[in-house]
Amino acid sequence: MASASVLSPADVSAAKVAAAAPMGDIMPPVKARHGLWGFIYRNPTIAIGGGIVLLMVIMAVFAPLFWTVDPTALAPARRTREPSAEYWFGTDMLGRDVYSRVIYGARVSLIVGFSVAICASIIGLTIGLVSGFVRWADSIVMRVMDGMMSIPPILLAIALMALTRGSVQNVIIAITIAEVPRVSRLVRGVVLSLREQPYVDAAVAAGTRTPVIIWRHILPNTIAPMTVQATFICASAMITESILSFIGAGTPPIIPSWGNIMAEGRALWQVKPYIVFFPAVFLSITVLAVNMLGDGLRDTLDPRMAKRI
Amino acid sequence: MSTPILEVNDLKKHFPIHGGFFGGRTGYVYAVDGVSFSIAKGETLSLVGESGCGKSTVGKAILRLFPITGGSVNLDGTRIDDMPSGTLRPMRRRMQVVFQDPFSSLNPRMRVRDILAEPIRNFGLAKDAADIEKRVGDLMDRVRLPRDAVGRWPHEFSGGQRQRICIARALAADPDLIICDEAVSALDVSVKAQIVNLLQDLQKELGLAMLFISHDLAIVEHMTHRVAVMYLGKIVEVAPKRQLFAAPKHPYTEALLSAVPVPEPGAQRERIILTGDVPSPINPPKGCRFHTRCPYAFDRCSKEEPELRPTEEGHFAACHLHDRPASENPLAGARGAAVIAHH
Amino acid sequence: MALLEVDNLQTHFRSRDGINRAVDGVSFHVEARETVAIVGESGCGKSVTAMSILRLIPEPPGKIAGAIRFNGRDLLKCSDREMRDIRGNEISMIFQEPMTSLNPVLTVGRQIGETLRLHQGLSAQAAENRAVDMLNLVGIPEARRRVREYPHQLSGGMRQRVMIAIALACNPKLLIADEPTTALDVTIQAQILDLMRDLKRTVGAAIVIITHDLGVVAEVAERVIVMYAGRKVEEAEVGRLFRNPRHPYTQGLLGSMPKLGSSLTGVETRLQEIPGVVPSLKRKLEGCVFASRCAHATDLCTKVAPALEEKAPGHIAACHYALKDALAA
Repeated sequence: MASASVLSPADVSAAKVAAAAPMGDIMPPVKARHGLWGFIYRNPTIAIGGGIVLLMVIMAVFAPLFWTVDPTALAPARRTREPSAEYWFGTDMLGRDVYSRVIYGARVSLIVGFSVAICASIIGLTIGLVSGFVRWADSIVMRVMDGMMSIPPILLAIALMALTRGSVQNVIIAITIAEVPRVSRLVRGVVLSLREQPYVDAAVAAGTRTPVIIWRHILPNTIAPMTVQATFICASAMITESILSFIGAGTPPIIPSWGNIMAEGRALWQVKPYIVFFPAVFLSITVLAVNMLGDGLRDTLDPRMAKRI
Repeated sequence: MSTPILEVNDLKKHFPIHGGFFGGRTGYVYAVDGVSFSIAKGETLSLVGESGCGKSTVGKAILRLFPITGGSVNLDGTRIDDMPSGTLRPMRRRMQVVFQDPFSSLNPRMRVRDILAEPIRNFGLAKDAADIEKRVGDLMDRVRLPRDAVGRWPHEFSGGQRQRICIARALAADPDLIICDEAVSALDVSVKAQIVNLLQDLQKELGLAMLFISHDLAIVEHMTHRVAVMYLGKIVEVAPKRQLFAAPKHPYTEALLSAVPVPEPGAQRERIILTGDVPSPINPPKGCRFHTRCPYAFDRCSKEEPELRPTEEGHFAACHLHDRPASENPLAGARGAAVIAHH
Repeated sequence: MALLEVDNLQTHFRSRDGINRAVDGVSFHVEARETVAIVGESGCGKSVTAMSILRLIPEPPGKIAGAIRFNGRDLLKCSDREMRDIRGNEISMIFQEPMTSLNPVLTVGRQIGETLRLHQGLSAQAAENRAVDMLNLVGIPEARRRVREYPHQLSGGMRQRVMIAIALACNPKLLIADEPTTALDVTIQAQILDLMRDLKRTVGAAIVIITHDLGVVAEVAERVIVMYAGRKVEEAEVGRLFRNPRHPYTQGLLGSMPKLGSSLTGVETRLQEIPGVVPSLKRKLEGCVFASRCAHATDLCTKVAPALEEKAPGHIAACHYALKDALAA
């Protein structure tokens, strides 16, 4: 059997010490990057996506400071001007400045995107938590959600808009209702897997009441996947809003939004493509940026993804 | 004899299997199918067996993490399996649990202080915030973690340290019984020794009873007073540690002992290599559940299910071999030394 | 010439917060038909060593340096194409998780036959016949029927047997088994170890077995390499290592293992602990890698890294204070 006394600290003199050959590194050292640059280096997608979204928000909030004119001011004399030093993005059929309209239009897209993301998350989270914890409610709620999911979200939103008059508020409500089933499903799945976690069992054994378990052990752990999902909802809501406005079922024409600017330019697309082009570019860039932000957040927040080297 | 801290009688847990187009029930997994044992105050009983034998289900059923199918569970003389959850809550304080995986056993969004304070608050064990803080500090001392680590998050600790936090959380409720569900199985050898020693010390200091669920026979032998061996949802043998390891009275126990690799190269031992795999608990074999793999099976084994009966003082085994004369019973002698190794 | 010679292997990984020196200067050799065990705790670099031999390390973020000579040919200098010819043919590997290592949508027979068709150009029929032979060899009953089955129809032990059959299909000269029995139950583990002992006699491949379980080492290995924190700290013939470990880490490992049959001696013992935790491999380690946890460590240990020295015939250890036998000059 192994005995512990095989060491002989007796005869070690410096002369007899056998030192191992030092090992060199086979790759250049990793530079430690701190602060903002370090963050950007480590999370380029969050930095780029978040940066663009932030720029869009600043632009929308401080639209009057961005060398804009009244986006609704009509000027029949200066209709359909090409982009120039005076009219950066040209003018539309009614002589309104497209640049100003696009900048102000960001407001609608961002408000709709963010509001839907927040509302759908909160409602979806509640429904998902309830159906993840209350067995009898689960089968009913999930069948309703399945039914709603069998209708494409855009059709559902169009149908809902047909019931009311066009306003930003109604657009938000319609898109939120269309998005809720997907979020509920996601949260329910997360809740069901969290319920199986040993720490939840341990909390039950430690006498924690069910509402406290939901609040303290389940809810905080749904926040990360929820945040990621919220960004994707935001992006999809912006597109849905544009589609609704484009077909005239969304934001009323009096309020400029990227969707209805494009709708107005549609008739002149062959001869004056810039009226459609600029709002389309802004919409694409914003949606892309929000999606990049979501991808980046998923990589950093989702521990399962992060564990893979 | 005083009341045992835990008494389990004919415990059954059958999980329904849903399948088919309408999600109807198509069968049952007979995970635990009639298990009885008791644990005295301050005693360690080990539940050993291979994966799928139902040992973890027994632990969770005792903790009432799900309702049981049949039988009863008594905690210190009080029946708890049919208690409404309101009445059960104060009883939960007396039995706590440590799970296998130290990484998923701690809520990643809670600091160590809050993790340890949760049971203290739930059971109203502290007078005020200062008292909670003091108790949390004492728990850290008990599991030999630095007191000032209470403000840290679980991910800042190694696997062994996390398992210490889990043990501290179990101790926070001031329990009489701790259920260790493979509590050291996921740890590295050197860390495993630290946790085993800690559990043994705590048991001595606090007079805890322990249900030690494990598949590792060497650890079990080191830790326990008595051992219950499970196979396919049933206990096949229960005995005090020395009796079981010196003279196993069930062929499955004997085969298990012989299968454990021992760190002695060239050890002379009799090898019993079981053929085949464990049958499915959805459709367990008729008669003795072990007869499909048993090297000593005879015709009676496939027809009649053996009961758990005493073979000597405190030693119970469920095997028909013991009805035969000693000359025809391969398990009559002290076979433990032969199958483990010569010392 | 040894079958496999690993010389000063370094496998490092680049990560955001530093270089992870997973394997840092490991040398060993494996003779033909020999069974060598590499043993150590998680994170000691034993699996990375195995993966490096087959060049299964993704580069980047990983990088391998040193030399790995197989039959005298340096695998690190081989092209990817040449490596593909070697993998599964001359050197094959068994992994820990038999479920995820098998392709769930292919029959067992196809998976065994695939390597044969690839490396030996067998026809589909010949490959299937050989697959049946292989299943018989690894002790799977009703092999004719089993070759048509899918992995999910087999039990864990059966799957590991299939993995072994795949690995042995092309008669490799070297078989690397990475924790082959860790995911299995103890009675199934006994079956697989028994099978591996049998196959060693009949097939004649050299085996490198990677494991954390000293019991498994004692059962199958002829020579043992103990790794700690990316280094080899001790190497000896198996009986010698268990009887007379020289490195304090090996002694600690053996002492921290409870022994089956301990209750029969009647003496209640306490397990030996190795205090502390494994050091981070992202920092350069000065001195002996085990110094921070060693009960015998002195100033010398924290400053000077001990070289691997022959402490007894065929028994090497990296410890300044390990007892040294008088070696015959």
